[in-house]
This record gives sequence, structure tokens and C-alpha cells, in this order.
Amino acid sequence: MTPPTATAEALLEVDGLAKSYGALDVLTGVDLAVPAGQALGIVGPNGAGKSTLLSVINGTERATRGVVRFAGRDVTSVSPADRARAGMGRTFQIPRPFTHLTVFENALAGASYGAGLHGHAADMRALEALEMADMLDVANAPAGSLPLLGRKRLELARALATEPRLLLLDEIAGGLTEAECDSLIATIRQLHGEGITIIWIEHVVKALTAVVERLVCLATGVIVADGPPDEVMRSAEVQRVYLGGGL
Amino acid sequence: MVVVNALVQGILLGGVFAMAALGLSIAFGILRVVNLAHGEIMTVGAYIAAIALSRFGVSVWVSLLVAVPLLGLAGYWVQRAMLQRALRIGELAPLLVTFGIAIIIPNVLIELFTTNKQAIPTGGLAVSSISLVEGVNVGVLPLITMAVAVALIAATQLYLSKTRNGRYMRAAADDWETLRLMGVDHRRVYALAMAMAFGIAALAGVFFGMRQGGVTPYDGQLAVLFAFEAVIIGGLGSLWGTLAGGIVLGVSQTLAGVVSPELPLLVGNLVFLAVLMFRPTGIVQSKVAV
Repeated sequence: MTPPTATAEALLEVDGLAKSYGALDVLTGVDLAVPAGQALGIVGPNGAGKSTLLSVINGTERATRGVVRFAGRDVTSVSPADRARAGMGRTFQIPRPFTHLTVFENALAGASYGAGLHGHAADMRALEALEMADMLDVANAPAGSLPLLGRKRLELARALATEPRLLLLDEIAGGLTEAECDSLIATIRQLHGEGITIIWIEHVVKALTAVVERLVCLATGVIVADGPPDEVMRSAEVQRVYLGGGL
Repeated sequence: MVVVNALVQGILLGGVFAMAALGLSIAFGILRVVNLAHGEIMTVGAYIAAIALSRFGVSVWVSLLVAVPLLGLAGYWVQRAMLQRALRIGELAPLLVTFGIAIIIPNVLIELFTTNKQAIPTGGLAVSSISLVEGVNVGVLPLITMAVAVALIAATQLYLSKTRNGRYMRAAADDWETLRLMGVDHRRVYALAMAMAFGIAALAGVFFGMRQGGVTPYDGQLAVLFAFEAVIIGGLGSLWGTLAGGIVLGVSQTLAGVVSPELPLLVGNLVFLAVLMFRPTGIVQSKVAV
């Protein structure tokens, strides 16, 4: 059991979180507390339940068991839209821009509902988010015309426009060239510097360790290691999970 | 001159088809719901106009102020209470729900008002006309209908591209799951879109009824057929396409009417079939998804 003091400090807290699809148990009991301002990385092999964990945290999937608390409030049965308004932003592994809207209109969607802004204030917030994601120069382009890096940055900009306190990043560096990856890392590091709490799933471990101060390894639906990045990557548990016991 | 006259009448006839098609196009473009009850919603709109006149002496134009918001509200409620739930089951479920509504409405209307035609008199509007040149007269009512249809399409286009709710409708058409993550309640956006679709259907129904001089409980079946044909001919998801589709359908019908009074429906359907076979994406390429 987590002591009450830790509850008060954590921006996000999940207790005994489980998610099953029929007979398939994807998450079997995850306990995690993320203090405000922390950048937390999550690694784990394919099928470990990483994306599902993010989905249950932001409400796109309902938890089978367990509790999600955000900013001291139980949000387990709150809709994803309400969670977004409460300050949870999320990007998807495969970018999902509103392809028929311009880049600016995409960001505006986040600013006017997520952040609850209107008129000029919403416009300014959308522009600010585009600037933070380094997208101002393509603001009027149709989102459907963007290349992969642009789409990934747009995911970020749209999430930022909602003025998130917690940013959930799902494999945002995947599929990018090394140079593209570096420029994205710089952007995310800057966001972290501004005090946004980040939970970041990534296969590109180099990208993660450049930003996060805490790393969690997820395997078969439970946390098997938790601590400073280099310690976690060296731990016997993680070696076993990644290299397999049989090798 | 006979052909020119038929062309002009056909173009104007396209106005009422386009208006009927617009609501259908919105429901499909934004919600991906094929509303089989669209024609019946039009019929209810026409009934409200007919009853307002016969029971309360209210003019057709004033009755629109009741019919449009009332059916708009109904659309909001149908989406929230029925279609949204059905969408969770699968894509086919909403289709069946609208099919059910399409069966219920005529039966309720028969129960309440019998199968008799309810007149929608327009005070001579339906028979007054303007002479363009020798042999070509255009009716005032078709002209008004066309003007309203064009204005309605332009207004809808403007609403979708320039307003906040319009943007969310386009975004919801793209990806409602992501829209949720922007903090938007997509169910509300969908319900607003359906309210628009129903409201426009009511308006179209009144104009359709005026053209026919009245309305019966069965008129929806033909109306929804014309609406579907106009949407498909024009191109799914294109608003101005509904106007083009309506005009093509209207012109094919009136030109066929020149040859024989029995041909219009058949030829209209054949043109529709030809478009489905040779240009299934419609004659207007959509730049902006509804």
C-alpha cells in the first residue's frame, strides 16, 4: 500500500491496474506513482502492455480492475474527453492527425476544448503549441500532407495545445532518422524543462535516456524494474526480459 | 425550345433534390450514418407545415420556424439516445435503427392523419411563373427552392470551415477517438451534426411538399430515393456535389419527360446507375470532406 503522503505528492497514481481483453490479460496489476514534474520512461518488449497502460491512464480503454488517480482525483471512470480537459495530453504511436484540417486547425482543436479557451486566446495557444513543437512554418498546410516527422510533431503540438500537466508520449521517436530523432528529443527535453510531467513509452532507448530521470520496465503486464535509467537498463531483470532466459 | 425549357426546369428541379440530399450528405459525411429514415423526416417536416396551416391557419413560411428547430431537436435526441448506442455495436446497427424509424413514422402518420393527402397550399406561388424568353417560363416556387438550396449549401460549407463546432464536425468525421483526447465530447458533436441533418431534412420536406401540393405518409420513400441518387451522383462527402447531383437528376428527369410522361423516374434511376457503374466516386471531386 502506498503511504498517504506519497498520494498527496503524486500527479498521477495507478493502483493495481489490470486490463484484460477476454481471456487475454494485458496488464495484470500495475502500481505506479509519478510525482509532478517527473519525466518517466517506460520500456518493455512488444506485447508487454505499454500502450495499453497509457490507454487505461488516459481513458481510451477502461481498466478491468484498479484505480487511476490524477491530481488527487479518482478518474478511473471519467471519460477521455474529461481527462483531457483535466490536463492529460496524449500522442499516438501511429500519428492520427485530422487529415482534412490544417495544421493550425488541428492545434486549435486542442486549444479550444482541451484548454477551454475561446477566440483569440485559443488562437494564441494553438500558435504557441505549434511553436513549441517547431511547426509554425507549416501552420497552414493540410495535416494530411505532412511527412512522418511532421505528423509526429503535430501529435505533440495538438497535445500541448490542451495545456497538459501530464503528457503521455507513445513511441514518438519510432520510425524517425537519427537527425529527426535528435531534434525531437531536444523539443521534449525543453518541454520537460518547463515543468510538464511526462510519461514516455519508447523503443528507442537512447531517446528516452537522454530525457527521463526515471525508467520503468514493463513485462507481461507487470512492472519488473523501476529506478534511474542506467540502473534499470543494467538490472538482471531487464536483461532477462530483453534477451530471454533461454538464450 | 422544348428541350431548352426542359433543361431549365430540370436545373430548377435539382434545387429540391439538392436540398433533400444535403441533410443525407451531412449525416453520412460526418457521422458515417446512412439515414434510411431521411425521407420520413422530410415527410414529418411537410406534415408539420400542412397541419400548422389546416389546424392553426399558420402560413407555410411561418411553420418552418417550428418544423426546422423541432426536427433539429429530434435529430439531436435520436443521435444521443439511439444512434450513438447503436454505433457501439457496429456500423450496421445504426442503419437498422434508421430503417426502424423509417417504418414507424409512416405508420404513426397514418394512425394520426389517415392516408389522405394533406394539402400544403402556397397561395398561388406554385402556379406563378416568370417568362424568360418565348416558350421558357420558370416557376417562382422552383426558383425560390433553388435559391434556398444554394444558400443552404453555402451556409453549411461556411459553417463547417469557419466555426469552431464546424471544425469539430470535420475533425469528428476524420477521427472521433482522437477528438476525445482534445477534450471534445464527440457524442455532442455528432448529435449537433444530426440535429443539422434533421433540421435541413425538415426544410427540404416542406419544399418537397409544396412542390407536390401536399404530403402523404408514403412520400418519404420517393424522397429518400431522390436524395440518395443526388448524393451518389454528386459524390459522397461533397456538399456542392449534392447540388450538381440534384441538377443532373432533375435534368435527366425533365428531359425524359419530353419524350414520354412515363419516363422521368426510369431515366433518373438509369442515370444514377450509370454513375454508379462508370464514376462511382461521383461527378464532383470532393476537396473538403464534410
